[in-house]
Amino acid sequence: MEQVKAKADALAIAKKQATLRYQIKKNKASYMMLAPYFTLFFFFTVLPVVMSVGLSFTFYNMLEMPQFIGWRNYIKLFLEDDIFLKSLKNTLILALVTGPVSYFMCLLFAWIINEFKGWLRAFLTLIFYAPSISGNAYIVWRLILSADRYGYLNGFLIEWDIIAEPIQWLVTPTWIMPALIVVQLWLSLGTGFLAFIAGLQTVDKTLYEAAAIDGIKNRWQELWYVTLPSMKPQLMFGAIMQITNAFAIADVSIQLMGNPSVNYEGSTVVTHLLDYGTVRFEMGYASAIATVLFFLMLGTNLIVQKMLRRVGT
Amino acid sequence: MKEITFKKLKKRLFKPKEKQLNRSMAGNTLLFTLMVFCGIAMIMPLVMVVNNSLKPLDELFQFPPKIFVKNPTLENFSDLFVVMSDSWVPFSRYILNTIILTGGGMVGHVIVASLAAYPLAKNKFPGQKVLFHMVILSMMFSWTVTQTPQFMIITWLGINNTYWALILPAFSFGMGLFLMKQFMEQLPDSLIESARLDGANEWQTFWKIIMPNVKPAWLTLAIFQFQQMWANTGGTFLRDEQLRPMQHALFQVEAGGVARAGAAAAVTLIIAAVPITFFLICQRNILETMTSSGIKE
Repeated sequence: MEQVKAKADALAIAKKQATLRYQIKKNKASYMMLAPYFTLFFFFTVLPVVMSVGLSFTFYNMLEMPQFIGWRNYIKLFLEDDIFLKSLKNTLILALVTGPVSYFMCLLFAWIINEFKGWLRAFLTLIFYAPSISGNAYIVWRLILSADRYGYLNGFLIEWDIIAEPIQWLVTPTWIMPALIVVQLWLSLGTGFLAFIAGLQTVDKTLYEAAAIDGIKNRWQELWYVTLPSMKPQLMFGAIMQITNAFAIADVSIQLMGNPSVNYEGSTVVTHLLDYGTVRFEMGYASAIATVLFFLMLGTNLIVQKMLRRVGT
Repeated sequence: MKEITFKKLKKRLFKPKEKQLNRSMAGNTLLFTLMVFCGIAMIMPLVMVVNNSLKPLDELFQFPPKIFVKNPTLENFSDLFVVMSDSWVPFSRYILNTIILTGGGMVGHVIVASLAAYPLAKNKFPGQKVLFHMVILSMMFSWTVTQTPQFMIITWLGINNTYWALILPAFSFGMGLFLMKQFMEQLPDSLIESARLDGANEWQTFWKIIMPNVKPAWLTLAIFQFQQMWANTGGTFLRDEQLRPMQHALFQVEAGGVARAGAAAAVTLIIAAVPITFFLICQRNILETMTSSGIKE
């Protein structure tokens, strides 16, 4: 009898501990610590996303109250706004090219840098990482890609008899996208690159020895079968960085090609968004553009994360 | 004799390995050559920035242009100094603004993000997973998406056109919390348990045990935050000229056209050099932090 009662008591205590209220009370200190960050996070990240989605169904010019207009902004975006469709196409091309290529570059250079040590390793890391933190130093590409024969690239190509006439890199429709991609790739070895370098250092050295015994013959096999699977967490982090940046391309296009660029060849979803959000103040329409971009970035990231999770399984 | 020095050099430059596992000479040469070419391509534009800032005016407008400077001069920097000293708002004010904005942003971000990272990394409580997933999701889209509504919220909060308009949103920078949480997770639990046995409460554990042990991480958060704040011109959030950061004034000089080409070249170098220098100093700590940057399932 006594035993049964003790058991029942223990069960009651366990149940009480399992209730949500008890858990929250017990972790009061934790919630206090979380409060400052997540209050700000709510106001400056969560709320803006919710507002953006909400406002995308309205007409709003910051002066009058927003007016609900249903799907009209989206209908206009996809059926009437040719510039948006062109911007969307450009953004998708840029993301499809610079995303994977920059990801591969980050991985390749990090992997090679990992073969070096000491000051040379630090120096190489700095050289490859520096462009991404060099502020607006990319405007030097204006000189490199300058339209006349005295631009560095044109001068070089003419001197080597590769071209006869100077090419107007930044204003010829066919060259705008390639130029944008090159400059963007130059800027793209950022945080993801650092994560890869660091990740390569954490790979367990004994795995390599074991792999060599198991018959791994060269460094390429070693990379594929040992290194990549063991730095999967970093690969996932790097993917987020590269994808998000690839979809957000705007500043380089505005600085080098102008906004609007010739024939809107260099315009992206973000330049279009800036045009409506900060120049025309059509906030409802701008919010619709932002919402499309939001789901585009988030969707791509989630799909790629799912794919990367499968690496090595 | 030569042979020996080359071997010594090679040993110094490459990782010393008892057995060079799976490494062929051909592969080494291929990768080394690739590295040299790509390294030059990466650094060349920055070399141009440095050289341009040292070029006297006639060389800046020389045709055809040369990459390397012939008669280096510091004229451009003294020019910049002259331009700055007769700006409408005293230049020292811009510098003060930059110090307040970047300093405030860095300190606040490190404290707020570390505070939140500790329970996320080391405690178990309802809602923990959801909160952390939200932070990861926030890294999956860029701030341009939220820029417009953010401006409205800042106006409602009444902090528009104050330093807070830039500083407060910077506190909740998602990647910072993510990196800090991942780094704290690596700390041994025994460290925290022994502190609790000694009678320390959560706050004491955080300040006395956790924070001193995650120095590389808070240095990294500070540097990344600095990179963000340094690039900020104030934009629509700071309308008063007296409140705007140095970056804004520097961009003004850069956009000054032919007459200020020399000063502009100096500006481009300064804007680029500061974050690069900070990274150079803290590289070791940053890489140490990034080792725990992975997203685990």
